[in-house]
Amino acid sequence: MDMIRVNGVSKSFTLHNQGAATLQVLEGIAFAAGAGECLILQGESGAGKSTLLRLLYGNYKCTRGEILVRHDEQWIDIATAQARTILEIRRFTLSYVSQFLRVIPRVSTIDIVSGPLLARGVGAEIAARRAGDMLSRLNIPPRLWGLAPATFSGGEQQRVNIARSFIAHTPIMLLDEPTASLDAANRDVVIELINEARKSGVCLVGIFHDEAVRQMVATARFDILTAKQPEAA
Amino acid sequence: MDTSLFSQALSQEPLLQVQNMSRFYGERIGCRNVSFQLWPGEILGIVGESGSGKSTLLRCLAALDQPSEGEIQLADGGQWLDVPALPEPKRRALMRRAWGIVHQNPRDGLRMGVSAGGNIGERLMDAGERNYGEIRRVARDWLARVEIDPDRIDDLPRHFSGGMQQRLQIARVLVSEPRLVFMDEPTGGLDVSVQAKLLDLLRALVRDMGIAAVIVTHDLAVARLLTDRLMVMKDGVVIEQGLTDQVLDDPQHAYTQLLTSAVLV
Repeated sequence: MDMIRVNGVSKSFTLHNQGAATLQVLEGIAFAAGAGECLILQGESGAGKSTLLRLLYGNYKCTRGEILVRHDEQWIDIATAQARTILEIRRFTLSYVSQFLRVIPRVSTIDIVSGPLLARGVGAEIAARRAGDMLSRLNIPPRLWGLAPATFSGGEQQRVNIARSFIAHTPIMLLDEPTASLDAANRDVVIELINEARKSGVCLVGIFHDEAVRQMVATARFDILTAKQPEAA
Repeated sequence: MDTSLFSQALSQEPLLQVQNMSRFYGERIGCRNVSFQLWPGEILGIVGESGSGKSTLLRCLAALDQPSEGEIQLADGGQWLDVPALPEPKRRALMRRAWGIVHQNPRDGLRMGVSAGGNIGERLMDAGERNYGEIRRVARDWLARVEIDPDRIDDLPRHFSGGMQQRLQIARVLVSEPRLVFMDEPTGGLDVSVQAKLLDLLRALVRDMGIAAVIVTHDLAVARLLTDRLMVMKDGVVIEQGLTDQVLDDPQHAYTQLLTSAVLV
């Protein structure tokens, strides 16, 4: 079952304060990804992989084409949807996992990780316990759970972000280099989390720098340079 | 996947509708042709530099000023109220019951000669609460929620720090459980570390209570942390609006591009 369908998507940036220069980044992109699939976006540096992922999330405005997302049994076009519809879709259907943690400075790690469960109506006690399990799995020791991650190392912050992102799956997950700069042990945990999500029926679309990781998670690939249909991995 | 959550969230009517609203001061434009809708639980940011018309807009929305043209309608018990056209007593009653205003300077929102508990209790009494013991209990509870020691319930706000005064003002506004809150630079004039705490507190309170809020700020970092949607104003006109992260990360208008490139957000 397709979860996301991209048709004829183009993206250009107009830089008004730099002589109105126009950068054409993507042109005529088309692909589909389904439940239980992990589609890898690949292409050279500068090909527009991150731009495409941001378009799918509604973080960038689509210049042309449609980005259809299956939300609540309906197809909704992210390219034209109202802001509040996109917020709704992000709350329930579509999440974005980057390697960077962006939170209000003071909130404790355990609260950050249990947040998505609380937002879905899970009780506080169960949410905290599951958050603890997830943090342990990603090798964040309990002595750090009560602290805000602002003072953590880059790798620890990244793992807190992964924990928060994978604790409650959305039907579609967009992954922007989630394993970048992790050590091998933690990278393997993230690969496991991705494959578990996929097997439970999540549709994943991701960018991975590391070919070894791609081989362990991919079910299909889409090459941005040649902009051809995804083929089986 | 719980589908009932979707239908519940999407079937809601807007709480506030603004149609072609303008405010002129003689020849001068305060704000012009502003239109938007606000839904329950949504946080809308208005950004722009000083003189862009954002405070004028907020004052009109909060019924502190009258628009020259256009409509401001508030959903109330299944009907639309034309807010500027309401007779004064009715508007005052509505303001007490349905919305709250957090001023940039806590002195404008607090009664400085009345104790902290009195500042909170007053709003409860306005809302019809008469039981003294209950008022004190709720006031202590709210002091704790905004992280002020409840034992300071009888102290005057002038003995509080700036950050505490601002938190007290927030307690005073939220205690009556308004559906809509207007905030004018709520973290302006505070130290950066105090700002972060206050932002965190505001976000948690607004989310827990499902309140809709309109927040005016010139600080794009505050807008990113607190708001769902953003309107960018320049010379009294809304030049760009949309999802907060989209407006900040992929600004379309020349002025918004300038605004977002001038600071790190």
